[in-house]
Amino acid sequence: MFENLDPTLLARIQFAFTISFHILFPAFTIGLASWLAVIEWRWLRTGNQIYADVYRMWVKIFAVTFGMGVVSGVVMAFQFGTNWSRFADAGGNVLGPLLGYEVLTAFFLEASFLGVMLFGWNRVSPKMHFASTVIVAAGTLISAFWILSANSWMQTPQGFRVGQDGLLYPTSWLEIIFNPSFPFRFAHMVTAAYLTTAFTVAGIGAYYLWRQIHVQHARVMFGMAMIMAIFVAPMQGVFGDLHGLNTLEHQPAKVAAMEGLWETQRGAPLVLFGWPDQEAEKTKYALEIPGLSSLILTHDLDGEVKGLKEWPADERPPVALVFWAFRLMVGIGVLMIATGVIAIVLYLRKRLFDTRWFQYWCMALTPAGFIAVLAGWFVTEVGRQPWIVQGLLRTSDATSPVIGASVAISLTAFVIVYGFVFGAGSYYILKLIGKGPVGEPEAYGDHGVEKPPIVTELTGEKGGLHV
Amino acid sequence: MFSFESLVDLPLIWYGLIATAIFLYILLDGFDLGVGILFPFAPTDRCRDRMMNSIAPFWDGNETWLILGGGGLLAAFPLAYAVIMPALYIPVIIMLLGLIFRGVAFEFRFKATGKSRRIWDDAFHFGSLVAAFMQGVIIGAIVQGIEVEGRTYAGGAFGWLNAYSVMTGVAVVFGYALLGGTWLVMKTDSETQVWARKSASYVIGYVAIFLAIVSISMPIMNPEIRMRWFSVPNFFFLLPIPTASLIMLIIIWRDLHKGREYRPFLLSFGVFLTGYIGIAISMWPYIVPFEITFRQAAAAPESQSLLLVGTAIMLPLILLYVGYCYYLFRGKASHESAY
Repeated sequence: MFENLDPTLLARIQFAFTISFHILFPAFTIGLASWLAVIEWRWLRTGNQIYADVYRMWVKIFAVTFGMGVVSGVVMAFQFGTNWSRFADAGGNVLGPLLGYEVLTAFFLEASFLGVMLFGWNRVSPKMHFASTVIVAAGTLISAFWILSANSWMQTPQGFRVGQDGLLYPTSWLEIIFNPSFPFRFAHMVTAAYLTTAFTVAGIGAYYLWRQIHVQHARVMFGMAMIMAIFVAPMQGVFGDLHGLNTLEHQPAKVAAMEGLWETQRGAPLVLFGWPDQEAEKTKYALEIPGLSSLILTHDLDGEVKGLKEWPADERPPVALVFWAFRLMVGIGVLMIATGVIAIVLYLRKRLFDTRWFQYWCMALTPAGFIAVLAGWFVTEVGRQPWIVQGLLRTSDATSPVIGASVAISLTAFVIVYGFVFGAGSYYILKLIGKGPVGEPEAYGDHGVEKPPIVTELTGEKGGLHV
Repeated sequence: MFSFESLVDLPLIWYGLIATAIFLYILLDGFDLGVGILFPFAPTDRCRDRMMNSIAPFWDGNETWLILGGGGLLAAFPLAYAVIMPALYIPVIIMLLGLIFRGVAFEFRFKATGKSRRIWDDAFHFGSLVAAFMQGVIIGAIVQGIEVEGRTYAGGAFGWLNAYSVMTGVAVVFGYALLGGTWLVMKTDSETQVWARKSASYVIGYVAIFLAIVSISMPIMNPEIRMRWFSVPNFFFLLPIPTASLIMLIIIWRDLHKGREYRPFLLSFGVFLTGYIGIAISMWPYIVPFEITFRQAAAAPESQSLLLVGTAIMLPLILLYVGYCYYLFRGKASHESAY
């Protein structure tokens, strides 16, 4: 039954599935780690118990999310080999060291100090505990640095030569690491991660405010999240715009797909909505604003914008997916900026924490960041097709010599396992949210690991309640 | 572009580093996978809580060595990575799925109540068991050799599956169980420790048998390996390796009955080291037995050089703070979760 399966398509679906699943967790933990560091700092400075409660609630959610991020991340380290071995062979000289640096500079740091963060409460001083939180937060950012550098190099490769054996050889590491799209992608993604966390925290804070429970804690969560919405959401608009202009310079076909433009023209319209038809080579039912695309992309109403027909049909990305994912991402970005604006108005009227409809609004936007991050990655990854390394190596030439059946079965297994694990993880996170920031008396953090023998009576298994 | 090509033997250094990373992975994740393998056999739920607690702060860091092994192989020997991964596609994927189940069990188990806790107990045990077994299968498949044509794997989807690789799979399960058992002897007391002693002395017999089978079978299967071990003077130089292994096994067995707490665990490391060195000597100089040597698979000198700089700086630091974490969480683990 598997004879007709296309291994390349299956490998692509499998990679898209496992990486999409994985990116949800870093997108959340990058922001959450930094926020936890801020919360703990506030706690150390003010001694206010509210901050401690908030920290302890969210560090549990962090632990669950981080755990899922780790196990789904280990899979990624092997996918390059299991499903894209020809890519690993050809590009290993360039990309291998970047991934190696990610492990050496970030993964060990995060994994080790996460242990201290979760279980070290009674074993280290508050300052050392705070330092651990900061180190974990720094680790998430360092990790993002390397992996986004590697991804950006696949989008805008430079600093290499093609050997006689067809393999890629590095010629300048600085050019490879700091390739043209990297600074933009890094700023855009880290900001996206911060916003993802902020809107999740805002949604949950809004939920508590709406139910009028844990109000003190909810005000901290909601207030800090609104600060992010007010200042960081508009900043993301600027980063996104700059990233788009960078893409126009280096990957114009991707931008043409994002815009749904087929013909190269001056004064190109902005297609608000429509249905890009790959076969017919036009965008049907298009609702357009004349000249706006040129204005946005070239900052000139009469500027020339390249259309998809500039490239042969087999060098164009799947347009509809890129087109719609882009609109989804931008739409959510606009909603986020609007949230910030509303928050300012409500704050000035002293109604920020008790406006019911705005609480609904924020609860509705709880998953907004995740959706926008996924949509954004679909734009940039699908928009790079048919290339795995832009202009150098086609995706179809990069796959492993593995039969379709193997890929199909493993894909099915991933879908089932991830569905189950992700479902359970979400359930436990919802339970933690339901429980709120003030739980039972503090025994958490110890994780049941006793103090060193010197201080501890060896009580053994006698006495005590089984938990 | 800098390169240390003319200064040092880069491929050899990297061969050593990758071998070390994989060995550290086997040791460190070995003991926490071993705890998972022994998990359902513990006498009470309270023991199981303690077992879980004893490894909770470490498992994540331990698994990072696997990522370093995988990522390092890609970076330093991309050709080996590109051949081995497709060849072992199915066992690698199954291993990863096993690691997923056991990894999330740490967090989920303490949050689950009542019956759903059973699910995560099972996820932890079977995840660990499957991951360990598949790692053994992978080792068994690699030592038998991998079919290569040009720069790609040339065998079938099930080229890895035969009686021998199943045997090595079972062997690794017992080996990890020994590491896990001796770890628990060190990290727990009273009821749990008594049981851990019994379990460790039970599995150590199997470990000895499997070590013997592997040691005898490899020279029989492959004339080149036979020549390496049984020619004079090699035989006398290499004899200390199996001898040390045997002596350590006997000491562990006696220690377990005499009540020593730390030495059995450290000596289990020693047993694994001798086994690992034995396999490394048999496989030398291949990285994809018996087709591609580590020199043929080496990445460009510039790539190996860049990563060497990072490794020289970062690896000592990593060992330092990993050591700090183990020191921080020293002492006996308790059953209390409250997590």
